Amino acid sequence: MSVKRRGGSRNPLARDANLTGWLFISPMVLGFTCFLLLPMGMAFYMGFTDWPLLGDSSFAGFDNYKNLMDDDIFWKALGNTVYFSAGLVPLNIALALMLALLLTRSLPFMGLFRTAIFTPVITSLIVWSIVWKYMLATDSGFINQILQMFGIQGPTWLYNPDLAMPAVIVTSVLKNVGLNMVLFIAALQQVPAHLYEAAKLDGAGRTRTFFQVTLPMITPTVFLTVIMTVIGSLKVFGQIYVMTQGGPSNSTKVLVYYIWETAFKLFDLGYASAAATILFCIILAFTLIQWQLRKRWVFHES
Amino acid sequence: MKAEPMIKPAPRVRLRPGVLLHYLILTLISVIMILPFVWMLSTSLKEPSDIFVFPPQWIPSPIRWENYSEVLQAIPFGRFYFNSVYIAALVTIGTVLFASLSGYAFGRIPFVGRNLVFLILLSTMMIPHEATSIPMFLFMRDLGFINTHFPLIVVPIFGAGGVFGVFVMRQFFLTLPKELEEAAMIDGCSRFGIYWRIMLPLAGPAISTLTIFTFLTCWNEFYDPLIFVNSRELMTIPLGLSLFTDEAGTSWHLLMSASVMATLPLLIIFFFAQKQFMEGVAMTGLKD
Repeated sequence: MSVKRRGGSRNPLARDANLTGWLFISPMVLGFTCFLLLPMGMAFYMGFTDWPLLGDSSFAGFDNYKNLMDDDIFWKALGNTVYFSAGLVPLNIALALMLALLLTRSLPFMGLFRTAIFTPVITSLIVWSIVWKYMLATDSGFINQILQMFGIQGPTWLYNPDLAMPAVIVTSVLKNVGLNMVLFIAALQQVPAHLYEAAKLDGAGRTRTFFQVTLPMITPTVFLTVIMTVIGSLKVFGQIYVMTQGGPSNSTKVLVYYIWETAFKLFDLGYASAAATILFCIILAFTLIQWQLRKRWVFHES
Repeated sequence: MKAEPMIKPAPRVRLRPGVLLHYLILTLISVIMILPFVWMLSTSLKEPSDIFVFPPQWIPSPIRWENYSEVLQAIPFGRFYFNSVYIAALVTIGTVLFASLSGYAFGRIPFVGRNLVFLILLSTMMIPHEATSIPMFLFMRDLGFINTHFPLIVVPIFGAGGVFGVFVMRQFFLTLPKELEEAAMIDGCSRFGIYWRIMLPLAGPAISTLTIFTFLTCWNEFYDPLIFVNSRELMTIPLGLSLFTDEAGTSWHLLMSASVMATLPLLIIFFFAQKQFMEGVAMTGLKD
């Protein structure tokens, strides 16, 4: 009997589960190994090589990284990416939070406003960028025409090294603020109503209720959204490609644009891979922070 | 004296200054959001010379429908549309199929190594595909797939989007009761049968959210088409549009006609299925 039992622990159903389980996940595992894991490993390796588009590649050690450290344009691109993130993230989060707070009050027409503000989110980034490039055009642009109504001679926006980046930042905020807004609305709706009632009974005013009740309750969502927005902003490309092509005088050349240009315009694949690896490391750092936070909060909530 | 229109029953909202300010802010921001669309539509129907007219003209006169036919002559817009639709459709079908298959296994089948593989899978989600695109380009070149739709279809299915799909489907399958499977097993149903005939039909809500998310992401994808495709008749809408931007220069009336054509269909679908769209897109909140 006991012998039979021992055999039974490796029963046919369990063996069956192993086989079917692996069969079920095999397409995905095979796919993400070929299309994610291997390419990432390969990109990492290519960062240590001199790899032209045609012809032989050769091992170059840390040359690419050394050269990147001396490359003014790379530092400029890195700085521009930080500039973009530092401009976009606070603006986006503050506006999204404000809108979410305004829209969760039970007043008429809130759904209509929410739809209006969400519409750019589902619009193609390329279309949005083209339209804003037009809106910001020097002579025929809508913005400058409005300014002209007030007798102000509008600037050249996207052709001005000091104004191009702020213009791209504002355009990007408008494009995506609706997404964070919807996330915040969902978080606000999950704050238990009895907390507000308790605050009211205690005689807390609206400001106090916000800082003592609402904000602590939605902090996890806010933090995770901030990091998600940071990661997204580090990968900015489409709007730069359409609106400024990295110019004027490199003032909007961001990291992904630099990588794309180095790889697919100048065909210096090894050098571009080194830059891509640096991008990967920066994103990895933020992802790890996010995981730590998420772990802590999930624990906290339960 | 039947009904007094002035005295409505229970006027819930009085226009206190606070509420007024509330609406003022929301209106202002909504106008900023919608204005580009209105301006786009307006310009798309203008004579080239009317674009520079000051003060800005909201309703073009005369209305110039020819802008649209001119765009259609300049670029193969129908072709872009066809490419975008069928690529996004295939990516969506593939993602839902493979992601639900793995998601079901990760959620319901206790196999050896399940947690480890799932952890590896989750951690690959953070790999930015801008970083993997260079080796991917070489890989596709060696296989002869440059300037074909193959990379645009296969890479997203098994890339970060697909991995994310696995995660979403697993979370959903975890919530279903065990009894369903047990009953089916007693009836002699195979694992695949359970997945295909019982689990998948129950996963409707998760699948529809994943569908919208995947379709939209793919529809708006720009970086991959830019790298992998270079002949005009293979381009998707975003890539074709950006190319047209280079060609048309400041022929804004034509650019706006093209933009309207690229935007309108999706916008109409959005207005009819707002809830699903917001849920689908808000899923990005779980991603990364």
